[in-house]
Amino acid sequence: MNPTLAGILFIGSLVLVLAVCYRPLGDYMYRVYTGSRHNAIERGIYRLIGVNADSEQRWGVYARGVLAFSAISILFLYALQRLQSHLLLSLGMEPVEPALAWNTAVSFVTNTNWQAYSGEATMGHLVQTAGLAVQNFVSAAVGMAVAITLVRGFARDKTGELGNFWVDLTRGTVRILLPISLVAALALVAGGAIQTFADHSTWTTLTGGEQTFTPAAAASQEAIKDLGTNGGGIFNVNSAHPFENPTSWTNWIEIFLILLIPFALPRTFGRMVGDNRQGYAIAAVMASVFAISVTLTNWAELSAGGTVPQAIGAAMEGREVRFGVSNSAMFASATTLTSTGSVDSFHDSYTALGGAMLIWNMLLGEVAPGGVGAGLYGMLILAVITVFVAGLMVGRTPEYLGKKIGPREIKLASLYFLATPLLVLIGTAVAMATPAGRAAMLNTGPHGFSEILYAYASASNNNGSAFAGVSVNTAFHNITLGLCMAFGRFLPIVLVLALAGSLAAQTPVPASTGTLPTHRPQFVGMVVGVTVILVALTFLPALALGPLAEGLH
Amino acid sequence: MSTPTLHTPRRTPAPHDKVGGGLLDPRQMIRSLPDALRKLNPVTLWRNPVMLIVEAGAVFTTVLAIAAPSFFAWAIVVWLWLTVIFANLAEAVAEGRGKAQAATLRAAKRDTTARRLLSPDDPAHWEEVGATELRQGDVVVVEAGQIIPGDGDVIEGIASVDESAITGESAPVIRESGGDRSAVTGGTKVLSDRIVVRITQKPGESFIDRMISLVEGANRQKTPNEIALNILLAALTIIFLAATATMQPMAIYAKATNPGIPDSLALTGDGVTGVVLVSLLVCLIPTTIGALLSAIGIAGMDRLVQRNVLAMSGRAVEAAGDVNTLLLDKTGTITLGNRQAAEFLPVPGVPAMELARAAQLSSLADETPEGRSIVVYAKQGYGLREREPGELAHATWVPFTAQTRMSGVDIAPDPGAVGTAPDSGAVGTAPDAGAVGTAPDPGAVGTAPDAGAMGTAPDSGAVGIAPDSGVSGLGGRQVRKGAATAVMKWVRDHGGHPTADVGHLVDGISASGGTPLVVGEVNGGEARVLGVIHLKDVVKEGMRERFDEMRRMGIRTVMITGDNPLTAKAIAEEAGVDDFLAEATPEDKLALIKKEQEGGRLVAMTGDGTNDAPALAQADVGVAMNTGTSAAKEAGNMVDLDSNPTKLIEIVEIGKQLLITRGALTTFSIANDIAKYFAIIPAMFAAVYPGLDALNIMRLSSPQSAILAAVIFNAVIIVALIPLALRGVRYRPSSAAKLLSRNLYLYGLGGVIAPFIGIKLIDLVIQFLPGMS
Repeated sequence: MNPTLAGILFIGSLVLVLAVCYRPLGDYMYRVYTGSRHNAIERGIYRLIGVNADSEQRWGVYARGVLAFSAISILFLYALQRLQSHLLLSLGMEPVEPALAWNTAVSFVTNTNWQAYSGEATMGHLVQTAGLAVQNFVSAAVGMAVAITLVRGFARDKTGELGNFWVDLTRGTVRILLPISLVAALALVAGGAIQTFADHSTWTTLTGGEQTFTPAAAASQEAIKDLGTNGGGIFNVNSAHPFENPTSWTNWIEIFLILLIPFALPRTFGRMVGDNRQGYAIAAVMASVFAISVTLTNWAELSAGGTVPQAIGAAMEGREVRFGVSNSAMFASATTLTSTGSVDSFHDSYTALGGAMLIWNMLLGEVAPGGVGAGLYGMLILAVITVFVAGLMVGRTPEYLGKKIGPREIKLASLYFLATPLLVLIGTAVAMATPAGRAAMLNTGPHGFSEILYAYASASNNNGSAFAGVSVNTAFHNITLGLCMAFGRFLPIVLVLALAGSLAAQTPVPASTGTLPTHRPQFVGMVVGVTVILVALTFLPALALGPLAEGLH
Repeated sequence: MSTPTLHTPRRTPAPHDKVGGGLLDPRQMIRSLPDALRKLNPVTLWRNPVMLIVEAGAVFTTVLAIAAPSFFAWAIVVWLWLTVIFANLAEAVAEGRGKAQAATLRAAKRDTTARRLLSPDDPAHWEEVGATELRQGDVVVVEAGQIIPGDGDVIEGIASVDESAITGESAPVIRESGGDRSAVTGGTKVLSDRIVVRITQKPGESFIDRMISLVEGANRQKTPNEIALNILLAALTIIFLAATATMQPMAIYAKATNPGIPDSLALTGDGVTGVVLVSLLVCLIPTTIGALLSAIGIAGMDRLVQRNVLAMSGRAVEAAGDVNTLLLDKTGTITLGNRQAAEFLPVPGVPAMELARAAQLSSLADETPEGRSIVVYAKQGYGLREREPGELAHATWVPFTAQTRMSGVDIAPDPGAVGTAPDSGAVGTAPDAGAVGTAPDPGAVGTAPDAGAMGTAPDSGAVGIAPDSGVSGLGGRQVRKGAATAVMKWVRDHGGHPTADVGHLVDGISASGGTPLVVGEVNGGEARVLGVIHLKDVVKEGMRERFDEMRRMGIRTVMITGDNPLTAKAIAEEAGVDDFLAEATPEDKLALIKKEQEGGRLVAMTGDGTNDAPALAQADVGVAMNTGTSAAKEAGNMVDLDSNPTKLIEIVEIGKQLLITRGALTTFSIANDIAKYFAIIPAMFAAVYPGLDALNIMRLSSPQSAILAAVIFNAVIIVALIPLALRGVRYRPSSAAKLLSRNLYLYGLGGVIAPFIGIKLIDLVIQFLPGMS
């Protein structure tokens, strides 16, 4: 089978299975978040944390819940890393340095999972499982809860009540993430991923040398790492490691897990607003951008631009032979188009234009389909901005799903839209302007600059993957990237929740033929256009000085 | 309910005319130039953050150009200043059009004196005071030739008033105490008679004062949508500010890693030069829409003024574009305002022509619009010559009265004429014909239908002839036409027996929503019913098409009428409205508006009476007729000086056009940026990274000319679009999806392509300037 055909089959089967899962999973999540009954485990949790699960919260209370929960999580995770040598199952690891501990704590709580450390050389079993893996679940559940709350803002009328954060958090974890992860982990174990709490072991390699391996509960962590679009690998090389991702078909499963929930959430959205066509439209926008990006990345990689790829006949540097060029490109697209950040190949090794696509994917705000929850709310914000401009062009005060987009709504949407690009641009500029920032660069020229741009795009958009080539485990980068991750996560969340509050309070406007239809291909095309063009306009100078300068001849 | 004067307003274009005034007069531009320069004051420009940034950039580059002069730097400086001036010019031109109007209004606001009554009950004793001293509640007397000193209501008397000062219409209107035509406006002139007026305005807040400040655009408030758009533009400005500012360290690094490359005009070791950086920023921020935004708003109000509509706030104009439900009064808006004969239905055995003759004969003396319509129909439908009442000898005319509810004629027995058709009689002068009363108010319902909406016919009772007085019935012929019950009774009283057929005809017409009038005669002592006239409310021409348009725009039309549900339904179906409210009281109207609003709909309506005021206040768009009471004018948020209720439809279109213009130019402005990047990025960086020259797809001749061409295009496009901003983009009622497609192609795709062509053309010219290579 030639590589192009293999690539098409690989991608085609993924698209098919995702399409099949769209309705059942979306409907299931709709029932999870709208049902009124609590199961026994949930009731136990509510009693434990002292929450009245049947009460509803206004947006401010909801937001305080998100922030308080995240703040406590960061403190807990920080403490766990700092104290790990005094705790069980440390594998003899030293306490983690303060700057790195801060960076890692923020990274996992914000669903970024940027790793400035090597997992096997820094974290013991306890930190991995009780700290990082727990955050893999709850940080994902927080993202979904926020997205569902924004959807409630559209779905509900004349009310301030938007649901209960603790209930949404618990249900997302218990009813969605845990069961799917369990099945996925078993599948990965069947594929050869390891799952053990054993101590270090020393093996003899083929060449007769000795190598020490740090075993880990990899399969379980791998499942939620991808399902929750987290991305923090147990091992430094992430999903390129055979213990995490042993075969081509586990690779397929991992990509599937990454895309599963983000692509099904539009269905949940459609169900909740009472119009499935709206869900299809949002899914179509995500799918269109996804298709464009995957196609261009594959084209860039398979055409093997650049000196080294041409010399060896294919862009195989930094790829695992068991995955090949196309499947690696697919994984890279999926991981950067969502907020996952797990990698099965080295993005730094991609052709200049292929690498540009990966940066571009993140700069889009990770909306196609984006992180679990974060993708949906990011996309809905873009839809709101599109509706605003397009709605004017049909001669009405713009409205989306019956809710008017007035000054307050556009203010919140604009601030959301400003937040991450400003973090990326300012973060990159500060890193390039300060000796401390530049000192970490291992490459010079446009490529070196691309690596810094990639790092700040990844952190600010809560992606977590790295271009590598930058020694990011320095105080400067640990602190600044940590700030980018924190602001890049929580500023948008607060703005989204405020927008939900403002939308839910409105009296809906009934639709008529004078209303801009938001379920037609026309609208899908417009949202795609706005997404792509606004990002192009914001980042073209930076991209020109980085990957474009390197790749255009 | 109808307008007291029938006139064609001078300033009102025909409904489907292109809205005038869009052509840009170069002289107007020059006249507005001083204003444009005055607006350079940053304090004034503060309201427009996008242009404030451009001005700051212009100041900054001026300083740089003074410090390190070059032709290129000065060219950029000049064009940046021109960009700000062009933006100010757009606003100044838009305001200038209102100023002319305000000047004529000011002329009407001369200092007048008022005759204030010492006691409101005693019109004989008054004191002379200045108009400005009048307070609410003061009572003044105004006589022929005097100017009415302030807004108020007539509480005594009737007068013809020249309101041309505010409406531009020279035909006088009648103002009288009581009823819905009691409001008078300060600055208008009493032409005849004498009225006593109670002042309702506060000092300095007269209608004319408000008009002046409205048309001048003074203390114009930003509308919610304008605020929202400004927020989006501010966000885009911030993002481009960040994109250009953060580019600097990246550029410095790029230059530093390519040490062999000499400094260029755009890029030195200190990064991108200030002039180029500012140029890029100004090209990227949405200057086109930022420059034209306030002009679009002012021009929108101005388009209403051109149609003689005054909007009390821009918010109301915007709401008009959003309206979901239109409440339209039937009479005067949907129908012509009076019933007209549409059919003659003879009872079996009577020839149709005989009924037609009798109907015509009995209506010759009926001066009500309904009576006239019967004569017209007899002529058009049956070829019967219209005759003057005087043409018939020996005839006694029986005009219509509210008491008898009949009209007709008694013809004396004449040997030569008995038993023959009336028109065979000798024609001569008829001295007795002079008794015909004229109906002074054509709007009043003259002919009394059975339907119950019985109007009183004021003043027409002057002729006191009893129905069967006059000529003795013996041997002569009497013809009567009128309300079914009245004529049937008259026939029975003369010994006739109307058959059941008559009842069927009458019921059939009533059931179809029409008004039946029965025609009967007594001929040679024998009384009988000849047939029935079908009177119909006539729907104005083109209304159905208008309502179809409304439906396409997603607007529901509801007809409001005092008629019974049957009549209302028939007219609603004929006119093609979506719904109707029959036997409507002002309370019903208010309740309907509230119900619609609860469902999230925006409601527009027109009204003129005092009892309309609560509904006008409740409606999102309430258009008060200028002929209406001051309570109605106070309650509404728009006043139509022509008092034409159909104009509500045009107001909705203008509201939509305003929003579309904003959206289209915003899209255009953002789409423009793509080409500007393709011009400026290679100009800045191709020296260090030659690969980036691939982005120079326009093949611009040099970095300098590329940057200057982009800046010039950015400035010139503002001037080029001023006419569009003032005129508004073309609006044709159609569904949202179609509108969007059209505007997307025109302003989205057009906005992407146009600057590629424009910048290339400018580059072709300016490449020959010194310092461009």
